[in-house]
Amino acid sequence: MTDTLTLTPNIDSPDDFYAELIATHDGLSKDDSDALNARLVLVLANHIGNREILSQALAAAALKQE
Amino acid sequence: MFDDRYTLAYKRYPYQKSADQDAAKPVRHKVVVMGGGPIGVATALDLGRQGIETLVLDDHEGVGMGSRAICFSKRCLEIADRYGAGKPMVEKGVVWNLGKVFHRDRKVFEFNLLPEEGHEFPAFINLQQPYFESYMLDRFEELQANGAPIEVRGKNRVENVTVHDDHVEIGILTPDGPYKIEAEWLIGCDGASSPLREMLGYEFTGKVFQDSFLIADIKMKNNDFPTERWFWFDPSHGEGASTLLHRQPDDVWRVDFQIGWDVDRKEEMKEENIRRRLDAFLGEGVEYDMVWSSIYTFQCKRMDSFRHGRVFFAGDSAHQVSPFGARGANSGMQDVDNLGWKLGLVINGKAPDSLLDTYDNERIHGADENILNSTRSTDFITPKSDMSKLFRDAVLDLSEQYTFARPLVNSGRLSVPCTYDGSPLNSPDAMMEPKRSRPGSPCPDAPLGDGFLLPQLADRFTLLTINAEAPESFEEEGINVTRLALSTEDDPTGALKERYLGDNDSAIYLIRPDQHVAARRPNFDENIFRAAVRRAIGKE
Repeated sequence: MTDTLTLTPNIDSPDDFYAELIATHDGLSKDDSDALNARLVLVLANHIGNREILSQALAAAALKQE
Repeated sequence: MFDDRYTLAYKRYPYQKSADQDAAKPVRHKVVVMGGGPIGVATALDLGRQGIETLVLDDHEGVGMGSRAICFSKRCLEIADRYGAGKPMVEKGVVWNLGKVFHRDRKVFEFNLLPEEGHEFPAFINLQQPYFESYMLDRFEELQANGAPIEVRGKNRVENVTVHDDHVEIGILTPDGPYKIEAEWLIGCDGASSPLREMLGYEFTGKVFQDSFLIADIKMKNNDFPTERWFWFDPSHGEGASTLLHRQPDDVWRVDFQIGWDVDRKEEMKEENIRRRLDAFLGEGVEYDMVWSSIYTFQCKRMDSFRHGRVFFAGDSAHQVSPFGARGANSGMQDVDNLGWKLGLVINGKAPDSLLDTYDNERIHGADENILNSTRSTDFITPKSDMSKLFRDAVLDLSEQYTFARPLVNSGRLSVPCTYDGSPLNSPDAMMEPKRSRPGSPCPDAPLGDGFLLPQLADRFTLLTINAEAPESFEEEGINVTRLALSTEDDPTGALKERYLGDNDSAIYLIRPDQHVAARRPNFDENIFRAAVRRAIGKE
């Protein structure tokens, strides 16, 4: 079985999550927001851990259509 | 007409006129090594111990000044020990295990190398390069005194080289004027800017990094700095993109400032300016003497091929890496380790010329691994884009609080020996584990009675049997294979079992003269091991 990145809806209460994500950046300068995003990417990547999934996620984020 | 390019730390082989200079026609030598640095001398030790006539030509008369390469790895020391020069290095060297990583003015975390138990040599020692070279030259003279056919000629500068199918003509300049010799084989160990490579017009391709480093070796007057490796990213004293502090023998510390590309070298090298940097970095009241300083730049490059017919390149002349990870001299020593026995067998008519092509194959594999690692370290230490810097800083900020980010911090991935996966000399793996001892691997050391395993595996083809029966020796195609019979009863610490057996009850390893695994199986099968020997010498 190969590991596959989830690209269908998977977040409970999506509106709540989205609001929390934006709120986390409230009051931050552009530089501080950028830094926070970079840290967030690393935290999430570590949680996923699986290299195959991470590669698929990088490709998915690049929005390159097959 | 014969000025030194650098100052000597020790004059070891003053120029003496050789009989070759008055010979009516050029004298033919078996092997000529160009360059008397650590890699050239190691080459002569390897070949000389096999009884192969080797002449080293150096345009200087001894060991250059300056600490330069200071970090020598376990595998490098094991190779030096095979040549009989490893033990004084460890006696003199500083063993370190603790590293600390700083970002701006904060300590982000510390790490311990935690070297695995049961190895004769430590993971790393710090030792000034002149000491490293001197111990090898001591050994060189010792071998010479015992009749080994090796010689080094000081102030003999190779001026031109003509390569033929079966030999090389070499034009040499000396204080007494020019002369010519011939060599059956020529090995260029003449450093990163290799004149030999230039003369023959071979390309050296890769990346040049636009950065320079200021090295300052200082002797502390009040010596309360610990024996640790301290690495700063963006140090808050504002002196460059990174700074490294590392202890050497004789109470000398190496401080390595990364100072950028657009620097006025002359200005930066003035003692008052170096002291200004050091004072900012060390803080008030630290007293020290300056021992040596230098500015260097680096590149990550290699030749397309390390063998060109009768000519080989080894060490920095073949490949150069950034200093992060101690992969320069350590990989050069692995080049020599790899080439020595192969050239010995070919010269003695026991292996086909094609065996020498596997030097290229195996050591390019090693060079690429080193270039990859050192390029990645460089990109982490000096990010090349805003986004790369953003992520680099994010990793450092996270690693202060969370351990998960620490493996991403890259201040140099320290040199580990190369495993020749996929080498044409390997036979298929018939055991699957332990993975670390698969064909192509350098044999891991293990305690054995009062001593260690590795010295018993050196310089010849060995059949290492663990809990298994096999003949005491056999000969295949002129190669003598000698058994080293061990059992798990010889293994009080369990290291042998862990490193060579895994869950298998028994194992047989065919081991090359450079202590790399050629083949392994749980039990003896004569046909298979005979085929493995033929394969390991390039006859299959």
